[in-house]
Amino acid sequence: MPIKPTSNKTFHHGDLLEQELQLSASRPLIYLSLVAALMLNLMVSDNIILLVRPDFVALTILYWSIHQPRQSGMSLAFVSGIIMDAVNTSIMGQHALVYCLITFFALLFYRRLRMFSVFRQIPAILWILLLAQIIQLLIGTLTGTYSPDWRILLTSVSGGLLWSFVAIMLTSLRKQEIDPDEL
Amino acid sequence: MSTSPRFFASGPSPLARLFLYALLSVFLMIADKHTDHVSELRRVIGLVVSPLQKLAYAPFQLYDELEQYFANLSLIEEIAQLRQTHLRNRYKLYQLHALTVENQHLHALLGATEQSQFRTVLAEIMSTPRNPFNRKIILNKGSSSDIREGHIVIDNLGVIGQVTKVYPLTAEVTLITDKGHTVPVRIARNAINTVISGAGRNNELELQFFSVNTDIQLGDLLVTSGIGGVYPSGLPVGRVTLIEHDKSMQFAHIICTPVAGVDRHRYVLVLVDLPPGITQPAEISDSHANQTNQQQNIPSR
Repeated sequence: MPIKPTSNKTFHHGDLLEQELQLSASRPLIYLSLVAALMLNLMVSDNIILLVRPDFVALTILYWSIHQPRQSGMSLAFVSGIIMDAVNTSIMGQHALVYCLITFFALLFYRRLRMFSVFRQIPAILWILLLAQIIQLLIGTLTGTYSPDWRILLTSVSGGLLWSFVAIMLTSLRKQEIDPDEL
Repeated sequence: MSTSPRFFASGPSPLARLFLYALLSVFLMIADKHTDHVSELRRVIGLVVSPLQKLAYAPFQLYDELEQYFANLSLIEEIAQLRQTHLRNRYKLYQLHALTVENQHLHALLGATEQSQFRTVLAEIMSTPRNPFNRKIILNKGSSSDIREGHIVIDNLGVIGQVTKVYPLTAEVTLITDKGHTVPVRIARNAINTVISGAGRNNELELQFFSVNTDIQLGDLLVTSGIGGVYPSGLPVGRVTLIEHDKSMQFAHIICTPVAGVDRHRYVLVLVDLPPGITQPAEISDSHANQTNQQQNIPSR
């Protein structure tokens, strides 16, 4: 992905790369956050809440793929997807495929996305989540596990809205890990 | 990252990796759909994740226990109330007992095989899956409690569904409202046999292939017919809530509501010790569908 070298942006970009090196999170933190996200996903069983509950695992994967593209790759997304498929009753490989797709988009756009604040990232995140959910719905309908219903897309909207919250929290965790004396 | 960092993409490009993993996913999906090997993997992952699931539920469990504690405070009132119901039910029980004896006698006279008694396992609904469009629930008992695939799950009102996947400590139940799930039933009022299938929507069942002149009314109770042997006969399934006669169609459009609290109850009973040799629910309902088709003089496909 070539970056148009306008003077302003290159400055920012270098700045951010430096920041990334300072803030490179350890793998345990990435795994722990994924486990926490999985637990959040497992927590609710009420149908009404489920309609709007975002997929926290997807959000977490998206975050790490944007901010630590080297530590968290597509393999991690794939494995998380397989686990989600196992605990959910969806067909094996469905979430895996969708999470890999999310990672792919994050890897395509992470340099651009990182220039925005977490709030201005929301539209882009929303589109990625919506696309992923549409693919999910398609697979579910084709394999006969879901009945086609547009309300399934509500979770991507709530995911987009909760994105900044998740991002801010994970960033603060990252900072804390790098510099425990900061807080 | 002790060595100098590489700023340029390492390894294959994201697109290539996506392609690889997408291929792998599709392969997995096909394997899951057509073979049983993948469910082994699912079972193992389910076993590993189940402590996490328990932990995630812990706050809710605590809440339930607190609620239980406060409910205990009003226990004395409840006991008095229960005594009354007990008394009332006692009379009904005697009646029922007399009927059972009479029924056994008649069955013996007819030379019919005695209806087998099912052992039941009480199980708690651990979770509905993380998707409201998927009509399946997970119970907290599994193959370690003798639950097997194909077992029937009921609550105090009627049939809830059928066990479709068993893990050592949990079991997955497909609700009768699930699309494609069929139950052989009969109309309690006039004993017309048919099959009912899930509509894939919340709280809806469909009666298909009913010609417009069949004797069926709003409010008719449908109970399991026992044909096919998977479901014991006489369990309530649903009540007719909508009958639509479309002139252009050969069949009436009939919608029923399940009587059991498919989405509402926490405790359910699993009927174990099913008659041997019957494990494939799909085959049974198919053959039964053909049977009813023939009964109603509909050319089977």
